Amino acid sequence: MATSYPADSVGLVSPQTVAFNAPLELDGGHTLPSFELAYETYGTLNADASNAVLVCHALSGTHHAAGYHANDDRKPGWWEACIGPGKPLDTQRFFVVCSNNLGGCHGSTGPTSLNPETGQPYGADFPLVTVRDWVRSQALLADHLGIQRWAAVAGGSLGGMQALQWAIDLPDRVANVVAIAAAPRLSAQNIAFNEVARQAIRSDPEFHEGRYQQTGDRPRRGLMLARMLGHITYLSEAAMREKFGRDQRGVSGDYGYNFDVEFEVESYLRYQGQSFVDRFDANTYLLMTKALDYFDPAADHDGKLGQALANTHSRYFIASFTSDWRFPPSASREIVRALLDTNKSVSYAEIDSDHGHDAFLMPVPQYLETFSAFMRGIDLGATA
Amino acid sequence: MSTSGLRTDLDIVASWVGKGCRVLDLGCGDGLLLRHLFDSRQATGYGLEIDPEKISQSIANGVNVIQSDLDQGLSDFDDQVFDQVIMTQTLQAVQRPRELLLEMVRVGREGIVTFPNFAYYRLRAHLALRGRMPMSGALSYGWYETPNIHLCTISDFEILCEELSIRILERRVLSHNYQQSFAGNLLPNLFGEIALYRFCQS
Repeated sequence: MATSYPADSVGLVSPQTVAFNAPLELDGGHTLPSFELAYETYGTLNADASNAVLVCHALSGTHHAAGYHANDDRKPGWWEACIGPGKPLDTQRFFVVCSNNLGGCHGSTGPTSLNPETGQPYGADFPLVTVRDWVRSQALLADHLGIQRWAAVAGGSLGGMQALQWAIDLPDRVANVVAIAAAPRLSAQNIAFNEVARQAIRSDPEFHEGRYQQTGDRPRRGLMLARMLGHITYLSEAAMREKFGRDQRGVSGDYGYNFDVEFEVESYLRYQGQSFVDRFDANTYLLMTKALDYFDPAADHDGKLGQALANTHSRYFIASFTSDWRFPPSASREIVRALLDTNKSVSYAEIDSDHGHDAFLMPVPQYLETFSAFMRGIDLGATA
Repeated sequence: MSTSGLRTDLDIVASWVGKGCRVLDLGCGDGLLLRHLFDSRQATGYGLEIDPEKISQSIANGVNVIQSDLDQGLSDFDDQVFDQVIMTQTLQAVQRPRELLLEMVRVGREGIVTFPNFAYYRLRAHLALRGRMPMSGALSYGWYETPNIHLCTISDFEILCEELSIRILERRVLSHNYQQSFAGNLLPNLFGEIALYRFCQS
């Protein structure tokens, strides 16, 4: 092998796909006749299948959570900071599974897949899915892998919410929950950001009501705008100041008096937007933001989150980041408060970080330390 | 040190915690007191801590810890949800000790507090004879860097409890090197270095 990987990386990994040929009923009233899930695994499942950890990805994430797909991959999986030998999700101890959410665009059945009934891509006809639907589909993946009970279900942001939903819907199948930078529900401000992103996509002339695959177009500009907006909300003001300030690409203070890219922050956002368009599908983006907006486990319990969590019996690790204004510490604290109210086993860390919401992806030492300490405390003998 | 491996003051605190009690430890540090209470007294509950490093240690010690700033009160907790609320060597470092004492008896049936007695004779001597801000084993910081912003004496504490209608159920005093002594029991405000109280709302 030409390239060597860092000793604390899982190294070269390959995705897998599993097909489920039984119909899946969705919260929205639709039924998928069959579906596939793309997933990756790291580490080795032990004999009694007691060491499996399910990792749930965030809005734009994929099943590629750690390691590299090819020797010349520039970047590892999205949660490389937390998955690998000696890391919080220690692959010498745990068997880590991450699947692409249903409705995704990286291998799991979603808007870009062929609709078996029409032979055409689903496109806008792909039904909206909820976080509960994701849990339902992942439970089938767990069955397929022979995992009755996850030692932990873990995730950041939307992934953290999915971990909570797992504990609520299938309490006997989740020994521990790790929810990082999550929230019990989206705020009006969160939904507003999502709506602007959706409108950017839907008002792109090349969106064609979501049937752009048939026309060969893609709503590139809309998706790019959506991603640029998203990126602003994932960073903190301090992080942006630190990273870009008012730095210009050319000579400082030398303005062009036109609308070309001048400031570094403009360049960054455009680059992030453009590269996103190449790897993400607009219909999936619409669907994922909608799933986030709908997430509200307390809604079925008169708005009482404690009641929603009352029947769970997982241990919980909740963490937030001080500069995260997308899912701020107060949102995590609301989860903690609900868990305390119902006497759950819970630890909570509020990590000092300037990285904003994106901090959950970064190797912030205090974050990795507390997360590791929690994972080390998981008794695999007790999870089987 | 006692047979439990805990420092004498913590050992006394532990002896005040009933079997199977539900406890909250304010400023739980590395979580070892709670760990001991869980193991030896089948207690359950949580620790609150603000120091990130100690939070990791508490988690590593198998203790549920919630990162919290005690100066913000205990609003995460409903009334009377704990059997005992414990605060060891932290009272003097909070911004509003008066409010926190009231919070302790609001969320817990009983409160347990330990603090360094500022009227301890060695501290008095330090100030009276040397004219310097007192330092001792329990108060080891220089005046310019001490987190101990609300030091009090045994008399001060008992007067405050009376004002707050807090009933003192038990008092123990430890003298130098965490030893119990005849002098400390006779004249606690003079010979007590560490004061320990168990109290409730009267």
